[in-house]
Amino acid sequence: MIFQPAIIALLLSSAICVLALALIAPFAFEVIRRWDIKSGSERQLQLERRTYLFSMLLAFVLVAQLASVLLFVFNAEKMSGMFVGAMCAVGTLNVNPYGFPALNAKIALFFLAAMWLAINHVDSRARDYPLVRIKYALLLLLAPLLAVAAWTEAQFFVNLQADVITSCCGSLFSEGSKTLVAEASALEPVPAMLLFYGAMGLAIGMSSFHWAYGRGGYGVAVAAALGFAAGISGILSFISLYIYEHPHHHCPFCVLKPEYGYQGYALYLPLFVATAAGLAAGAIRPFAGVASLTAIVPDVSRRLASIASIGFLLTAAVATAMILRSNLVLLDH
Amino acid sequence: MKLWFEKQRYLIDFTLASMARRKARNLGLLGVYTVLVFVLASVALYTHALRVEAAKVLAASPEVILQRLVAGRHDLIPPGYLEKVGRIRGVQKKEGRLWGYYYDAVVKANYTFMVPNDASIAKGEIVVGPALERSRGLAAGNGISFRSYSGKLHTFIVASVLPQASEIASADLVLMHEEDFRAFFDYPVGHYTDIALSVANPLEVRNVALKLAAALPDSRPILRDEVLRTYASIFDWREGIVLALLSAAILAFGILAWEKASGLSADEKREIGILKAIGWETGDIIKMKFWEGLLISLTAFLAGFVAAYLHVFYFAATLFEPVLKGWAVLYPEFRLTPHIDGLQVATLFFFTVFPYAAAVLAPIWKAAITDPDAVMRG
Repeated sequence: MIFQPAIIALLLSSAICVLALALIAPFAFEVIRRWDIKSGSERQLQLERRTYLFSMLLAFVLVAQLASVLLFVFNAEKMSGMFVGAMCAVGTLNVNPYGFPALNAKIALFFLAAMWLAINHVDSRARDYPLVRIKYALLLLLAPLLAVAAWTEAQFFVNLQADVITSCCGSLFSEGSKTLVAEASALEPVPAMLLFYGAMGLAIGMSSFHWAYGRGGYGVAVAAALGFAAGISGILSFISLYIYEHPHHHCPFCVLKPEYGYQGYALYLPLFVATAAGLAAGAIRPFAGVASLTAIVPDVSRRLASIASIGFLLTAAVATAMILRSNLVLLDH
Repeated sequence: MKLWFEKQRYLIDFTLASMARRKARNLGLLGVYTVLVFVLASVALYTHALRVEAAKVLAASPEVILQRLVAGRHDLIPPGYLEKVGRIRGVQKKEGRLWGYYYDAVVKANYTFMVPNDASIAKGEIVVGPALERSRGLAAGNGISFRSYSGKLHTFIVASVLPQASEIASADLVLMHEEDFRAFFDYPVGHYTDIALSVANPLEVRNVALKLAAALPDSRPILRDEVLRTYASIFDWREGIVLALLSAAILAFGILAWEKASGLSADEKREIGILKAIGWETGDIIKMKFWEGLLISLTAFLAGFVAAYLHVFYFAATLFEPVLKGWAVLYPEFRLTPHIDGLQVATLFFFTVFPYAAAVLAPIWKAAITDPDAVMRG
């Protein structure tokens, strides 16, 4: 199944990202070993210049990851027609055991890259680049993760076999996949709603508090992580039901389909942006004590918290609007 | 925030002016880029339109087709076989179909002879498809003779020609009365070519097929879904192969972009040097170069895509038709329904903008770290 245009595109982008990080890894080592801000030597000058290239490359990888998450889900959705029993992206991702790990790895990489970029941003605003070593050590940690994600994705695609007409006896060799039962072990609607609105409230509250008073940076990150988990489980357990107006359809991907007016994007985009911003606010927090960053970190983290706050608020508002507009009655009044 | 927008606006302004100073170079790159997008987009749009067309054609076909196999080869359905299928829950209708191929030595092409199941055609008359109308110069009321495989000549009157709209499915079709069909092919009485079953509930189709296979071990049930899937993967595969072949072009384009971006002219170097001397930072130069790349990419993408759209839907994809469509003597002439698919656009973006961005990253950085004094002194 490698000769599917979208699959070629995804593999191509993963390969380029891995290649880019592999190429800069040796330079990252050099930066860690030889960085000395006080020196005016030729080498130090070169290293300083090289940091621009690295942050550019990472920004590129981040954008590529975000775009490829979308393309990956999009493509899984489209290919569901090729597998017996698959009705949407969930079915495709369940065709072999690499599907969901590949998607999760992509999402995780996106968040990690966002955190790295936040650290990079505060570092480049300080006049003495205090976080260079930490930054490049983290970059070296990110590189193998990227490689693993790319490998998982490649395994997923290589192991896809479409159920097409065989020359012997037609349909009967292509059995329906049993995995659709994994249609998300969803929660009951009432506890799920409590969890969703509770976590959203917490995330909005924490990030607004930080935005206003500049305190509780780690709290923002924890609340953002919780908010993300609650957001996804909320979509699985009840928001999707309201969108489909069907009490048993829990799919988190069908909301992205044109049949449902692409409503999913209105939910997922603010949720992802808010989570990334919240996590990033937490990621730069440990460096607030560094002398040259005392003014910069609070400023940047408050700005990130503002994005997180607005993002979570938007997610909750969009979800509520979808529920109110729906004709489905899930709870008895 | 407002400040940020203002800054980007001025940067774009400056970038455009700076690009306009090097027209030939930038237009050259833009031209090559546009052609690349055009070629890839044509392939993508065309195959997608074919897929949509195939799905539309098959939407009206029966859910299950039952063929009988003898020694692994398709064989006729003998009398009594249809009864053996019996009553299967969920099957709305089952009927034997009669169809076959006929080679016409005059135009050196195969026709599909078929008996419509509503018996709407009188004996001695035929209804022909549009491609036949063209190749044999037929019109309603004309007579035509075919020499059957037994050597006898059979003459038919053309009752009507099928509408152009259905051409993709009916180009080479000849519809005739059952008795004419049996006489023409010496088809044994009571035999059929295959059996078509319609199943109302799509979830039941697989169960029906399983029951059929259990009841008639010598049969092969073919599901409509499987035919659709097979078509979809054939078109995907063709598109994929063409794209893989074109990957050499993408690579070449990447190299060109790299070359263009890294081969800074003395003029450009001086410009960057002066900008840095008057206070621009490395980051600003990178931003400027980023806007340059983005402007070129978006322009090329838009222009290439629009050109491809026109090429495929208004000029029938003249350039790629032979590879992607397949081939036949009586190939249907059809106009594709314009259709743009989000996934295709996204894929295309990955195929073109992504390699470009990757190729120019390092050169942009190289340009941005230029030392002002080195340039101005040199």
